[in-house]
Amino acid sequence: MANWIPLWLHKLSSPPVFYRFAGTLRPWAIALALLLGLAALYGGLVLAPPDYQQGDDYRIIFIHVPCAWMGLFIYGVMGIAAFIALVWRIKLAEVVAMASAPIGAAFTFITLVTGSLWGIRMWGTWWTWDARLTSELVLLFLYLGVIALYHSFEDRRQGARTAAFLALIGIVNVPIVHFSVNWWNTLHQGSTIKLLGPSTIAPSMLWPLLTMMVATKLYYVASLCSRVRADLLSLEGGKDWVRQIAENEVRG
Amino acid sequence: MSATLQSFLAMGGYAIYVWPAYGVFFIVLLIDWFAPQFRRRRLLRELRARMARQDARKERANRPSAASTQAHP
Repeated sequence: MANWIPLWLHKLSSPPVFYRFAGTLRPWAIALALLLGLAALYGGLVLAPPDYQQGDDYRIIFIHVPCAWMGLFIYGVMGIAAFIALVWRIKLAEVVAMASAPIGAAFTFITLVTGSLWGIRMWGTWWTWDARLTSELVLLFLYLGVIALYHSFEDRRQGARTAAFLALIGIVNVPIVHFSVNWWNTLHQGSTIKLLGPSTIAPSMLWPLLTMMVATKLYYVASLCSRVRADLLSLEGGKDWVRQIAENEVRG
Repeated sequence: MSATLQSFLAMGGYAIYVWPAYGVFFIVLLIDWFAPQFRRRRLLRELRARMARQDARKERANRPSAASTQAHP
């Protein structure tokens, strides 16, 4: 591997450099997320036709499914960051793992609530203890457990490493959530979007869904930048670069 | 209100499920978006207060006579 790659990564993982990098990235990510999100909402709520069986109730899909994907995706990112934090003890990896947890929890919460609202009329119940719903609830509790464990330590870095350990163990739940609809007989329907093989959804419904998927990914990037910036300021409060930011912002 | 807007808002009779779902989506993400920004501003405010206290202490230490005359006029 070329020599400059680890050096570049090493530089980026320094807190003041990453703080500035995240500050530059954040406005672009949120602007693009809003733009794509609005396009997806217009496509999903206005342009796409009603479903032939579910009428307009199916339109919940355009937030439910992208949020469910984000719940799993963010857990994956948190798991990788937790692994790096535990093995190489890189401060930035700890911060990224811990900053991801509340965003993942938010998306998982939205998934559960929108799923319930969808289920009331289509299933006749807002909740059932089937494999998909139960494993999704476990996912939310894993996120909340990581957040709680992180905050239960006086020493923030020790808390982050302990919570990273829980995050790493909890990663077994990610494939369980994903494959639950195939492994067990669930009330929840199977995937309509497939990476391998043709998707069983009309193009007019597919593009808003995929656009919203990209929008939520970009939102995660932006929100992560915000949280990492705040966490770095808090962790490095006594250092010169943070003091300089505090002084400059009072002038600006 | 125009008929098309009315039928759009009615969501084919599913308005009470579709709109709350979108409402939860926006409210939760709005909270998630603003929480770290308020936190960052609070952290910087606290840091500035701490720095001001440290500066004041340093100033007092550098001019002990002035500080003592101020304390006991």
